[in-house]
Amino acid sequence: MMLDDTDRAIINALQEGFPLASRPYAQAAERLGLSEADLLSRLTAMKEAGVITRFGPFFDAAAMGGAFCLCAIAVPEDRFDEVNDAVNAFPEVAHNYKRTHRLNMWFVLATETEDGIGAAAREIEAATGLTVYLFPKLREFFIGFRVAA
Amino acid sequence: MSISAQDRTLIEACQGGLPFVPEPYAAIAEKTGMDEAEVIDRLAALKERGIVRRIGIAPNHYKLGMTANGMTVWDVCDDAVQELGPLVGAMEAVTHCYIRPRALPIWPYNLFAMVHGASRDEVEAKRAVIAELLGDACRASDILYSTAILKKTGLRLKKGAS
Repeated sequence: MMLDDTDRAIINALQEGFPLASRPYAQAAERLGLSEADLLSRLTAMKEAGVITRFGPFFDAAAMGGAFCLCAIAVPEDRFDEVNDAVNAFPEVAHNYKRTHRLNMWFVLATETEDGIGAAAREIEAATGLTVYLFPKLREFFIGFRVAA
Repeated sequence: MSISAQDRTLIEACQGGLPFVPEPYAAIAEKTGMDEAEVIDRLAALKERGIVRRIGIAPNHYKLGMTANGMTVWDVCDDAVQELGPLVGAMEAVTHCYIRPRALPIWPYNLFAMVHGASRDEVEAKRAVIAELLGDACRASDILYSTAILKKTGLRLKKGAS
């Protein structure tokens, strides 16, 4: 999909601050100088093309008393697809990336309780037969999230 | 968990995202048995409490040309990392920065800094600046490029869990 300047403006404008109102797309469209129908059709097209991975509220598991943990597995290359399917089947796995290292699968567990992290990791180890290394954050210096589109 | 049963129902109804229809909160309300005003009020309250971090788009970096995404990792002396970490985190090129535990022997690194760029050359240049900042306090480093997004979803609550 080729994005035009309007699509890029939408991506920049709508990363946060989507209105909590009855006709939020109409409000957002007005701020962008678009019609509600145009905004909806562009968002639908970008979602279908995978340019938008998700649209809506983002929940913070930690603020609900839950926990996040970065985890990694060294997956043998010939088992990668199988292990990927097994790991992604867990609802606790929120993101998962393939990376260039012997530890080649990096995912984030998001659970409703602190104990849920260890429990999910043990279940993934049982399902895959591979060690899950846990990298909980000890200290966070910065989280920024803004994409130049 | 410090959320009510109604909030939980609402979070479950929203975790797949908002539909692209003129009245998305009314559509969510229909799934929950609440009315639209209650959905909007509850989401506003959850936002106030920080349980909703933001409402909007999660863009796909790759499809937007940010094809190089390097997780730079550093083995920094324990007595220096608390002082140097904030300086790395403050760099414009760095989107996330954390101290995490080492997992010896496979993983000697304790400082993680995520760097995005349009090319690996751009990411490497940013990595060199971090290396210079860390100086002798850094004993070893590596960079892990992501080569595929295998999964990216919001938080998924288990159905029926309490």
